Amino acid sequence: MSAPSDGGASRDGYGNGLLRLADDLRVVVLEADLGKSTKSCHFREQFPERTVSVGIAEQNMMLVAAGMASSGKIPFASTFAIFTERAFEQVRNGIARPGLRVHICGSHGGIHTGSDGSSAQTVEDLAVYRSIPKMTVIHPCDDLSAEELTFQLLDLDGPSYMRTARNKVSRMYDEESKLDLRIGTGSVLEEGNDVAIISCGVMVELAREAASSLSEEGIECTVVDMHTIKPLDKDLLARLSEQCGCFVSAEDHSVIGGLGGALAEWLSSNNPIPLEMVGVKDRFGESGGTSELMVEIGLTSEAICEAARKCIDRKNAA
Amino acid sequence: MKTINSPDAGLLFVGDGMGDSVDELEEMARLCRIDIVKMTNAAGAGHPGGSLSAIDCMVALYGTSLRFDPNNPNWEDRDRFILSKGHASPAMYAILHQMGVLEEQDLLGFRTLGSVCQGHVDMNWTKGVDFSAGSLGMGLSFGLGCALSARMDSSERSIWVMLGDGETQEGQVWEAAMAANFHNASNLRVIVDRNRIQNDDFMEVQMEIGDIGEKFASFGWEVREVDGHDMPTLVEVFRWADSSEEGPIAIIANTTKGKGVSFMEDNPSFHGKAPDNEELSIALEELS
Repeated sequence: MSAPSDGGASRDGYGNGLLRLADDLRVVVLEADLGKSTKSCHFREQFPERTVSVGIAEQNMMLVAAGMASSGKIPFASTFAIFTERAFEQVRNGIARPGLRVHICGSHGGIHTGSDGSSAQTVEDLAVYRSIPKMTVIHPCDDLSAEELTFQLLDLDGPSYMRTARNKVSRMYDEESKLDLRIGTGSVLEEGNDVAIISCGVMVELAREAASSLSEEGIECTVVDMHTIKPLDKDLLARLSEQCGCFVSAEDHSVIGGLGGALAEWLSSNNPIPLEMVGVKDRFGESGGTSELMVEIGLTSEAICEAARKCIDRKNAA
Repeated sequence: MKTINSPDAGLLFVGDGMGDSVDELEEMARLCRIDIVKMTNAAGAGHPGGSLSAIDCMVALYGTSLRFDPNNPNWEDRDRFILSKGHASPAMYAILHQMGVLEEQDLLGFRTLGSVCQGHVDMNWTKGVDFSAGSLGMGLSFGLGCALSARMDSSERSIWVMLGDGETQEGQVWEAAMAANFHNASNLRVIVDRNRIQNDDFMEVQMEIGDIGEKFASFGWEVREVDGHDMPTLVEVFRWADSSEEGPIAIIANTTKGKGVSFMEDNPSFHGKAPDNEELSIALEELS
């Protein structure tokens, strides 16, 4: 794995992914007045005849997308992650239940969103969409992986939800390594035998920072970018649970029902090794700069290090 | 009558099977009403009231305007019929039965495990059903998506959506109404089954919305208000819609809930209650 290069926000990757998809004439894009924010605006500029603006009306957007999917189109509908939740039942009943190929992108997910405050800082979307049958749930960590995973949605035979982030982070991939990514397969960024840090989104960068710090203490970590929360890469979890014997989850999302929740469900039924969760501890966010907010909420590389040490202690005590 | 353009040549169009004379349409509506009361009785559940109010409009639509091939119900370029008030599934199944898509046995399995006749219409379970309904307020948006796709594909297919009047209390209906005219969706047509009764009671008690046609008109729709049980009027209005270049079009059909069965007419309690055996025999006698 090459070293991280200059950064990009995953929402930029979504916008670029749409442009890569444009050659397929079935692809249509839907916007609810936030195309400049979700980055679908670039597709609109080049392909206005295949872009539908519904105004500030997310419920309508979801069912217009469903109707288009039933007519042979492959719709990509985006707005802020939190506003997709306004149309939760439309997604559940109108898109997922009939299994229509609608791809929803929710941008500005998580505490990382920053000063807009708690109304925009979605910390439950992964849990919400993971609970819906037939849904694929994806949360990429940087722009290049978001672009590649968006592109791969073309061949997905069912609905999906992708959460992207507003702000730039360091790149975990380059133009070559992004091509190795596959929806549904976790991406192992580092290998170590003491603990596996399984992360997604903006926390992947912090997981690698934590692994670097822990290495100086003699703790060797596996770091996974688990960009697909559902379906979970169970083969990888089976291997790592044997190899490392304890897991840390790291996500900019509630510890209830997201990546950590998914890991807990898998571990409890398959290999009940220690799991420590780094995430949002059942609270809402607040306004603030991204860096200070992440510290306030406990989403830091130090928190991951602490969780890793605790987890290893539990493993050794067992 | 529109010519059918199904790729599978020589198949029956609905008109060829039952003709489109008013008498034949009225007879088909009568047979559908019998299906409706029978299947809800067999299931011991379902929504006869709103099925009986909607059935004349649906028969008239399928009989005069809708390009639908019962022998090829998934024909890609068919017109779409989106029953947004999906609880009126017995009406949908009755039509499909009378057109030969469903068997009597299918109807009698209504709401039972594994039945192709699900409680609310479901596109994944029933051939000839274009939308998975059951949650009110979503069908017009879905229809708009179908309409915009048809236009992108340069297809002449029309998209018909049937709404309940109670359903128009859902805000999403008006999100879609706003967007349809904004996007010049002239191939989108809506029928509002204005039976004035919703689940709990009369709309004037629960939440009266007022002049629905005026509301659609204010969003730029072409609006016609008709008697939703008068077959000649319905045939005429659907033919007009067919030939109209204007749109989107809203047809407000004034109807009677439970129409055709005396004790169900204008009776809120038969919104979501099936007739028992005694009530069934009275209903069948009235419909004979």
